[in-house]
Parts: sequence; structure tokens; C-alpha cells
Amino acid sequence: MVENRPWLSFLTHLVLIVGVVIVVFPVYLAFIASTHGSGDFMRGLVPLLPGPHMLENYGRMLTQGISTAGAPPVSIMLMNSTIIAIVIAVGKIAISLLSAYAIVFFKFPFRLLAFWTIFITLMLPVEVRIYPTFKVVADLGLLNSYWGLSIPLIASATATFLFRQFFLTVPDELLEAARVDGAGPLKFFWDMLLPLSRTNMAALFVILFIYGWNQYLWPLLVTTDERYYTVVMGIKRMADVADAIPQWNVVMATVMLAMLPPVAVVILMQRLFVKGLVETEK
Amino acid sequence: MAAIELSKVSKVYPGKVRAVEDIDLAIGDGEFVVLVGPSGCGKSTLLRMIAGLESITGGEISIGGGVVNRKEPAERDIAMVFQNYALYPHMTVRQNLEYGLKNRKTPRPEIDRRVAEAAQILEIAPFLDRRPRQLSGGQRQRVAMGRAIVRQPKAFLFDEPLSNLDAKLRGQMRVEIRHLQRRLKTTSVYVTHDQLEAMTLADRLVVMNVGRIEQVGTPTDLFEKPQTRFVAGFIGSPPMNFLERSALPDEAALNGSVPAGTATIGVRPEHVNLTPEGPSLALPMTVALIEPIGTESHVHLRWNDNHLIAAVRGRPAIREGEPTTAHLQLAALHPFDAAGQRLA
Repeated sequence: MVENRPWLSFLTHLVLIVGVVIVVFPVYLAFIASTHGSGDFMRGLVPLLPGPHMLENYGRMLTQGISTAGAPPVSIMLMNSTIIAIVIAVGKIAISLLSAYAIVFFKFPFRLLAFWTIFITLMLPVEVRIYPTFKVVADLGLLNSYWGLSIPLIASATATFLFRQFFLTVPDELLEAARVDGAGPLKFFWDMLLPLSRTNMAALFVILFIYGWNQYLWPLLVTTDERYYTVVMGIKRMADVADAIPQWNVVMATVMLAMLPPVAVVILMQRLFVKGLVETEK
Repeated sequence: MAAIELSKVSKVYPGKVRAVEDIDLAIGDGEFVVLVGPSGCGKSTLLRMIAGLESITGGEISIGGGVVNRKEPAERDIAMVFQNYALYPHMTVRQNLEYGLKNRKTPRPEIDRRVAEAAQILEIAPFLDRRPRQLSGGQRQRVAMGRAIVRQPKAFLFDEPLSNLDAKLRGQMRVEIRHLQRRLKTTSVYVTHDQLEAMTLADRLVVMNVGRIEQVGTPTDLFEKPQTRFVAGFIGSPPMNFLERSALPDEAALNGSVPAGTATIGVRPEHVNLTPEGPSLALPMTVALIEPIGTESHVHLRWNDNHLIAAVRGRPAIREGEPTTAHLQLAALHPFDAAGQRLA
């Protein structure tokens, strides 16, 4: 990047623009589709300019849903998704902070074994352990509940590992200085480690919120009651109607709505997110 | 403020590594004691045992009359200054200073008073609302000291606090620490591997080697009458010269200045002259190297396998490679026996 030639900067811009177009065009198409009436897709030509039915489509989905496709109003599904995404993200961060703290700062028998056991679960994503997990959740009577939707997804080896790596960089002297200053284990955790991991927590929150939001298979399995549907699985239900033509305009309106919360989280937390990934506050 | 007593203190790590062995040491109230020794000699371990950061595997440590072996660092009422400062990076300087006081539930007005006082003593008042990373090394060092001062502890423990500073700042902070300790009269234990720091700061110096105390005494004592060959070689710069008794050619020339049983003779570079001054032992040497360092020059001399450094004033009128004669002042010889203990 030392050289500064005109054609080089033209080329870099070209590559970037092509990349942006590839990413943005489908989103644009979805938005356009959500502004047309239901008949506009039968002609075989996909419209490229906004239509007049935007408010109508969005209003209908937010308040009524499509009862024929078994989809409740999107507002309910958005709320469900938000709740479980937040519970999953916060729960994962809390649990992995605590387990990383135990693994790094306390010496107990089988500490390494504990760490490796947690680490090995990285190889077992939800899909692999889905049958036993479903059995446990069902036996506990947690089907069709927020707890059933979120708790099985909370344990996180990745986040534990991330916090462990961060805690390992905290100098021993800091712990010792805190001990001399009269801070016990909990006080040290609360007064030193938590504020120091603030940016890491923010970065993880963004990633985990989106992870929770995008859950599809698990909510599909444990919910049969419309009141607990999440928006990502709801979209699938709408598009998947029997003996009818999918109403692409309203499906796309739902897609647009489903995209908003993750986008909002990313935009609002962008500064902290980048900071958490690139720098450590030391 | 309190006296610190160590009796038969030992530290054995799992795997039978003996870091510290049978240390007996009494540190008086208000005394400034420096633990000095090469790296790995156990000085830092000993300090951390006093602080309560390392467990004690044998013996007793008491601070201010009470045995503290089983007490947490915070209950021992000591303050520690670390080599890398160990300031809390996410807190402002003021919060750093307040943290220990808050944890002991000191009333707010008292906290404010002590912080203001410490800030004034250490001249860090302008930085009170900054974060540690916005400060220079010297300023961080002051904040670390401030954190110790505000606590008004029974003792200050310093773990090589100046090692991370550049040479000039180190000299400056050394003087400040000395002034501060004189003013506050707080019992202090200071660990360093730098003998210059040790000599200038200490009321009493404790030289340690492989987990044991070699000698305890005032800096002058240790410099003038080192009890072991190790202390003789460790204290002083450039270091003391050692000659094997058997390598000296003329038994008569020593003129009875070293007792029988002497295995090694030590002589400080400043007591090796190129022209005779008083009764001395003359040895024919070759000049190997001359290092001029301002007011004096260090002349490296060689004779067979023996090697001597002479510290002479100004610039000697000799050249490298030329033969010359080294005159060792007989009154300034340090005789050591085969085990490295001082004789007479």
C-alpha cells in the first residue's frame, strides 16, 4: 500500500463496488418485492422498482400474519426472537465469563480436564446433539417456552475459550495488587475483570445476538404453539404453503422486518464491536 | 509502622525446589532494608512471602508483633509497589489511589484527604483524572507509590520498582524514594538486583545468594568488610579482583598481610595502582584494555591466566599491549579461605 497509482485505486474501487453490489442486490430485490401487490409476481418478470403496496404489506404482516400458512403476526414473532436472542447472548456471556474465570484464576483438581471437556464440546454443535437435547427439554416440560428455546443454546465453548485467552493476558501483578488492596475473588472479578472485558463482552454480544436470532432448527423442533414462534422459522412456514402460491410480497416484508433488529444491534454496537476485536485495553 | 521479624523462614516449592532457606532477619521500625542478589537468589520470593502472595512452608513471619503466616495480604496491612506498576488500567489515577481505601471502608472525607495529600507529595495532582495508559513511565511509578502511601500501611514492600525506567529516571526516582521514606518513616523492604540502587537506598543491606543470606549490614560494612567472597564480588563496581593465593609468585612480598589458610585474595580495583602508593605487592602485568569513563579509567591487566582491573584517576600514560606493574595495596587486601569465608 506504499504505492499510489491511479489505476490501482480505480481497480480497488471497482472490486469494492462489485462486492457491495453482490451483497446489496438481493437485499434490494427483497425490499422491492415487499412493496408490490400479491399478483405482481405471477407475470414471471421480477419488478426492479418499488411498488405502491409497501405500507399495506408491512401493516398486514405486523398485525395479522398469514393465518392460512399458520404464521402469527410478525410483531409477536419479532418479540419472541428478540427475547430468546437476548437471553442466549447474555446467558452465554455470563456463563462463559464465570467458567473462564474459574479455569484461569483458580487452581483446583482436574482443572485442565475441565477446560478440555469444555473445549471438546466445540465439536458438538446443537445439530449433533439435537435428539438427546430435545429429550431432556421435553422431559423437563420446557417445550413451547422461552426457557426451552434458549437454555439448551446457552452453554458456549467458544465464548469460554475467548474469555480464557483474554484472562490469560491479565498480568499476575494486577491480581496481586488487588489482593494487597483488599479485593477478594468476587471483588476482583467484579471490579477488575468485568470492566476490563467490557469491549470483549460487547463484541461477543453482537456475534451471539445474531447467532441466537438466526436459530432455525431448534425453534422449529421445540415450538408447536404459535405464541412461541420465532421470526426466522416463521418465514419458512409462510413460504412453504400447500396448494397455493406463496405470497412473496408479504414473505419479503417479513424478511425485511426480520433483518432490522440484527442490523440495529450491529450499527449501535459497531464501535465497541470493532474495538473489542482489535484492541485490548491495557 | 512496625517492625518485621523473620525467623527460620523457608520456601520449598513442590518438587523440592528450595527457593528460600532458613532466613532469620529482624527489620526495625522505620528501617529501610534492601534485599539484593543475583536473579534467582530468592529475594523476590522472600518479599512476596512477607507480602502474603507466596505461602510460607517453614518458619514464621511477624509484622508489628503478630504472626502473619496465615493472613491474607490485605490483612497484613502492607503496601506493595510492583515492577510493572500493576495499576488498574480501567480506573483513573484517583480511583487507583482510592481503591484500597474504599475496600477497607475508609470514610469518604478521609479518603479525599489522603489522596490529596499523596498527590501533593508525589506531584501527581494534575493527572488525578487521567488513565494510567495516558501517563509516562515515571508518572506511573509515582502513582504506584501513591497507591502505597495513601494506605498508610505498616510497611512498604518494593519489588524492583525502578527496573522498567530508563537510567536517568531511575537515578531520579531513587533519590525520591529515599526522601519519601525518610519523611514518612515507614518500614520498607526493597528488592533489587542493582547493587548501586541497593547501596544508595539501604539503611541495611541483605545480600542473598541461592536462597540464603550471605551477609547483613550497612552498605559501608558490606563494602569495606565483605564476609564472603560472594558478597565481595557482588558489591562494588567494577567488581573486586580475585587472585588465587597459589598463583602469587612471591610469598615473602605479601609481608604477612594475609593470614595462614588464605586461598583467595580479593582486592578492589581502586586499591590496584600503577605506581606504588604505600606498602604494596608488585606484580608484572600486561595492559589488555583501557576503558576511560570520565573521571577515572579502568585498566584491564593480564598476567598468565590472571586478570585484574585497576581503577586509576584520569588517563594513565600507558597503552594497550604494553607491559606494566600492578601495585596491590597490602593494607587493602581481603583474604578468603577455600570455602569463600573471610579470614580476619
